[in-house]
Order: sequence, then structure tokens, then C-alpha cells
Amino acid sequence: MNPEALYRQMARMRRFEEALGDLHAQGYVSGEMHLGVGEEAIAAGVTSHLREGDALALDYRPTPVLVGRGVDLTSMLAEMLGSEQGLSRGHGGHMHLLSPEHLALSTGIVGSPAPLGAGLALAGARLRPGSVTVAFFGDGAANQGMVLETLNLAVVWKLPVVFVCKDNGWAVTTRSARLTAGTLTGRARAFGMPAIRVDGKDVTKVERTVGQAMERARRGGGPSFVLASCRRPRGHFEDDPLVRAVRHPSELWGMLPDSTGGAPGLGQRLKVLGRFGRTLFQVMLDQWIVRWDPLPRAARLLPRDTVRRIDAEAAGEVDMAVRSVLEEAGA
Amino acid sequence: MSRLGLTEAIDKALEVAMADDDRIIVIGEDVPMMRAGLFARFGPERVREAPISEGAFLGAGVGAALGGLRPVIEIMFVDFLAVALHPLINEAAMVDTLSGGRWQAPLLVRAACGGGYGDAGQHEQSLWGMLGSIPGLAVAVPSTPADAAGLTLSAFDHFGPVVLLEHKLLSTFWLEMLAGRRRPGAELDIPESWLRGEVSDPPAPVPFGEAVIRREGSDLLIVSVAVGVHRALQATEFLAAEGIEATVLDLRTICPLDREQLTAQAAGKRGVLVVDEDYGPYGLSAEIAATLAEAGVEVPYARVTATGVIPYAPRLEASQMPGVDRILAVARALLDRHARHGHDVVHDVAQSLVGLDERH
Repeated sequence: MNPEALYRQMARMRRFEEALGDLHAQGYVSGEMHLGVGEEAIAAGVTSHLREGDALALDYRPTPVLVGRGVDLTSMLAEMLGSEQGLSRGHGGHMHLLSPEHLALSTGIVGSPAPLGAGLALAGARLRPGSVTVAFFGDGAANQGMVLETLNLAVVWKLPVVFVCKDNGWAVTTRSARLTAGTLTGRARAFGMPAIRVDGKDVTKVERTVGQAMERARRGGGPSFVLASCRRPRGHFEDDPLVRAVRHPSELWGMLPDSTGGAPGLGQRLKVLGRFGRTLFQVMLDQWIVRWDPLPRAARLLPRDTVRRIDAEAAGEVDMAVRSVLEEAGA
Repeated sequence: MSRLGLTEAIDKALEVAMADDDRIIVIGEDVPMMRAGLFARFGPERVREAPISEGAFLGAGVGAALGGLRPVIEIMFVDFLAVALHPLINEAAMVDTLSGGRWQAPLLVRAACGGGYGDAGQHEQSLWGMLGSIPGLAVAVPSTPADAAGLTLSAFDHFGPVVLLEHKLLSTFWLEMLAGRRRPGAELDIPESWLRGEVSDPPAPVPFGEAVIRREGSDLLIVSVAVGVHRALQATEFLAAEGIEATVLDLRTICPLDREQLTAQAAGKRGVLVVDEDYGPYGLSAEIAATLAEAGVEVPYARVTATGVIPYAPRLEASQMPGVDRILAVARALLDRHARHGHDVVHDVAQSLVGLDERH
């Protein structure tokens, strides 16, 4: 796909995520809200290769991929608002966006997209030859038993599935490297499937890498594992306390006594504080220091006025969808 | 018409259904051996061997169902489902509601269940009550080969996930595999009438949620499933000799539960006795009591169930199984209470045999 089309999808995804964040902040969306800001290059790189009959197993940050897949924005927004007009008539909400027409499902359970994706791929191989399923999960999910079991199953059954692991370095509030033995690509290779690392902030690279993996699956070559690095600037969910503490340091003091109050002795307290500090420092890096944003990189490949035009069109499309669901909701 | 065992009857129904519908595939550990007949006829693509990874292949089964197939997932023993409940509870059972009725996962989970042959705890549970408590799951527990085949066929017409439990004490296949039915000295002495039954060819579908009366009597209603039905029927012979006539209601599916027939049969009886091999607390027996209470049926109630972990030694194991002796003791006490209009609770006397109760 050309850089303009890729950027267009990413711009639509970003605008949609921001609109969701706003609706959540304004109280229109209940519960937690996990946004996929920072994952747009991965989502666009994958969706650019999807054809009729391909399937998607998504985690609880499904919206960028669903936007790229062409699911109706108004239906998704209406679902978030719990409306009868929503994708699931208000029964699913933000963690359970399900579009049977697109063979696209999302799930709120960490790691679950792996086995579900394997099953969609099995059905695809029988009913829609040449189709491929892409299963998304994060680095935190890579320690789930069902994910590791599924890597094995996909190889021995030679399923047309591509596992895309979005590696943002976090498992909720834990640095996943602390609790992950070996490497994720090493694990996938140990099961006998190709495993490729890719910079998930570079849409051109993602598109190429994922495209090869999907093509291999379509031709009957079996599963692949793509480890795509990205950042998580908005935290695990909206209102993530770690992100809040970094953005509003005054709230930090409210959090500290809880983390040290029970610790006996000064040394132990310092240890706890040090660990807390390191975690916050990492959050700070994700927030301010590291270049997390895949959009400017994709935009650099295009003339400035093209970028401005695409941004305006994406904003227009998303804003219109937001207006229409808010009107419907009587807001 | 042919005389089949429970397992063969299910396999027969699967064969008929698979010949008719390409979308049906069987997935499970050791299925090329366990389902050799199906494997020979339909080949390795449709009778697909799986690694010992219930979480992965049950999860994949749910995904395959969502992708348009009609998978039959074999979880060898229902106990093993405990390592893989997530895809069943959180995905298969919920997707219909969470999609606003737009997407369903029609899969059949087949598992052997039940105790009484000497495996103890981790291989002898029933667990249908726990499964029945999950909204969106249908749970079928046949007591005869004809019902087993018929419920299997109906499972393929059901919109969502179905768990079909195959009681090992009713299956020559499982007994020969596990309990050394041909081993001298290890005879379980199971009547032939429990093990084989007439199955029409092709089998006739049995609708979900329709209980069936196995015996009619005006004094007592005994409600049960699976091997419990046969035990109850044995007990009614002894009760009849004492002048007590009992109706035996075989639920066949516990979810959906035939509440209508349950309340209709209970009304006017001198007592309702639930014979349930599953754990008593919070289980099927409790649901039956609640159903009767909610329907306003005023009738003395008692149950014979497993109450704890099923122990190993035959005499200890028997103390947890709802055997004929326990059924008789509780039935007599129940009707005696009715006769005396008393309010003393009827306890299941046989539980104390376990001998560990003092610690609790």
C-alpha cells in the first residue's frame, strides 16, 4: 500500500482514539478504557494486507485495527456509549467489539486472542482457502499458558495465522522484562516458526514484515510471529495512576505512603521507593522523552499539504461520527 | 435399530452428522485412536489430534466455531476442563450476548464424567452443576444410548456451546479402558441394561429441555440424570416392596432445565428426592429445590449427592456415590418425615462413612 493510504489509516485511527479518550473523560463511556494510541503503525501495517475472508482476533485495544479494517465508526462509538445502535446493541462495550461481517472479534482476557485466532485460522483454512487470520496480543500476554500452548498448536497444525505481539514493555504496571525469561522471538522460534522483530513505530517496515508473514500463511506455509515494538503513552488504561502521577506530580505524594507504609526498616522502604521511582521514570520516558509517535514518521514520507489534507479529512470523518452518536444519545 | 453402548451411540450420531455437514470436525487428544471409526471415515483433517493443551485447543475450537465450523471438542475427562475453562466461560458462552445476538459459537464439548470405578478425586467428578450455572452454556447428561445419540444430534442444531457429559459407568468403552472390566477380580458388576440400549438408525434427535419419565408412581418423585437414573430405578424396586411407589424423572439436559415438568411432577407427591452424583452445595440439587420453592410447590425435599472430594478405597468412594442404599435410607426418612408432619431435616446418613468429617 502506498505511504499516503497508510498514513490516512493511521490518521483516522489516531483521531478515533483521541475522540474515544475525550468521550471517556466526559463520562460518556463507562468502565475502563484501553486506547491503542501508539499502535497505529502496527494496525495500519496489518490492515493494509487484509482481504475478504481474512479474520482478526484482537485484544482489549481493538479500535485502531477495527478502524483500519473499515468497521463503521458510528457503530463502534454508539457501542461505547451503550446505545441500541451500537455494534452489539450496547451489550459488548469497549472490551468486546465484535463484527461478524469482518470476522473480527476482540476479547478482554489477556492472551485469549491467540487460541481464538488459531481457531479462526483453522476455520479459514477449511472454509476460505487462501485466507489468513491475524491474532494480536501484547508482551504481557506472552507469559500466558494459552498463548504458549497456541504457538505449539499453530505449528503442528500448520495454521494460516500470524501472531502479532505488540511489545510496549509493560504488563499493566510491571516492566514485562522483569518477569519474562528468554526472548519472545526466541520462544516463537523454539516452536519452529519464523519470528521477526520489527520497529512497530515504522509503518513501512511493519507493512513489509507483516506482509511477508501473511503471504507465507496464505500459501500454506504456516504461522509466523511478529514482535513489533511500540510505546504506550496513555498507560494501561485511561486514568492509569502511574501516568497520572507523572503528569500531576502533586498526586504522587498520595500514592507513596501506601507503597512504603507497611515496609519495615529504612532499607526496605528505600528499596520499595527505588523500585517505585524506577517504574515512574519509565512511565516518564514513555510520556515525554522517547519518540513514541508513529504518525510523524509516516507523515515525513508525504508532502506537507497532503498530510494536512488527510488530517483534516480524518478529523472531519471522526468528528461527524462523534456528533451523530451524541445527537442520537440526546447529548 | 441397533444395540449400542453410550459412547458408540454418540459416535454413531457424530458419524451421521459429519456425513451430512462438512463443517463438523472433531478435535481432541488421542482422537485417531479413541474415535478410530470416525478417523477412518473422515480422515485426519476432520478428526484432528491435538496436543495435551486443553486451553489452546478448546480456545481454538471456540475460534473455529466463530469462523464458521461446527467443532466437537473432546476434553477427555470433565475434570480436565478445569485447566481450560476460560474459552468456554468467557468466550463461547458470552459471545452471543456480548455481540448483541449477532455472533454465536456453536460448538460441542464432549467429556467423560463420573465416578465409581476407582480413580478417585481428579478423574471422577461430575461438575455439571458448575457448568450449568454459566449463562449461555447448554449441558446434556444422558442416561441411555438413545438419548446420548439424540442429544448429540440436537447439539448441532443448538445456536451456542453445548457440553455433553458421558458417564463412564454407563460406557463399556470407558470401563474397558479404565476400570479393567475384563480384569479378573476387578468386576464392577454393572447390569447389562445400564450399558446397552436400542438406538434407531439414524438416531432420533432428542430436544433440549425435555425431561422424560422413566417410571411412574404416586408417592415420591425422584429426579436424576445419568447413572443416577439407573440407581434410582433400582431403588424403586425395593421401595415398591415396602409399598412406596415412586416416579423417576430423568432430566436429560440440566441446562435448559425442564422446570415445567419438574414442578408438575412434584406437585401432589409426598416427597421429592434428588439423586445427583455431582457436589450438592450450589449444584443441580439446589437448583431443583429453588425451582420448586419459586414455583410454590410445597413438598418435603431431600437430596443424595456427593458432598466432598471422592476418595479412593472402594468403600470410601461408595460413601460419596449416590448408591441404592443411600437413596433408600433418605427416601424412607423423607416419607417418614412427611407422615409425621415433622420439621426435622433429613440428612443423608451415608456421608459419615467418609470418616474425615470430624475435622470440619
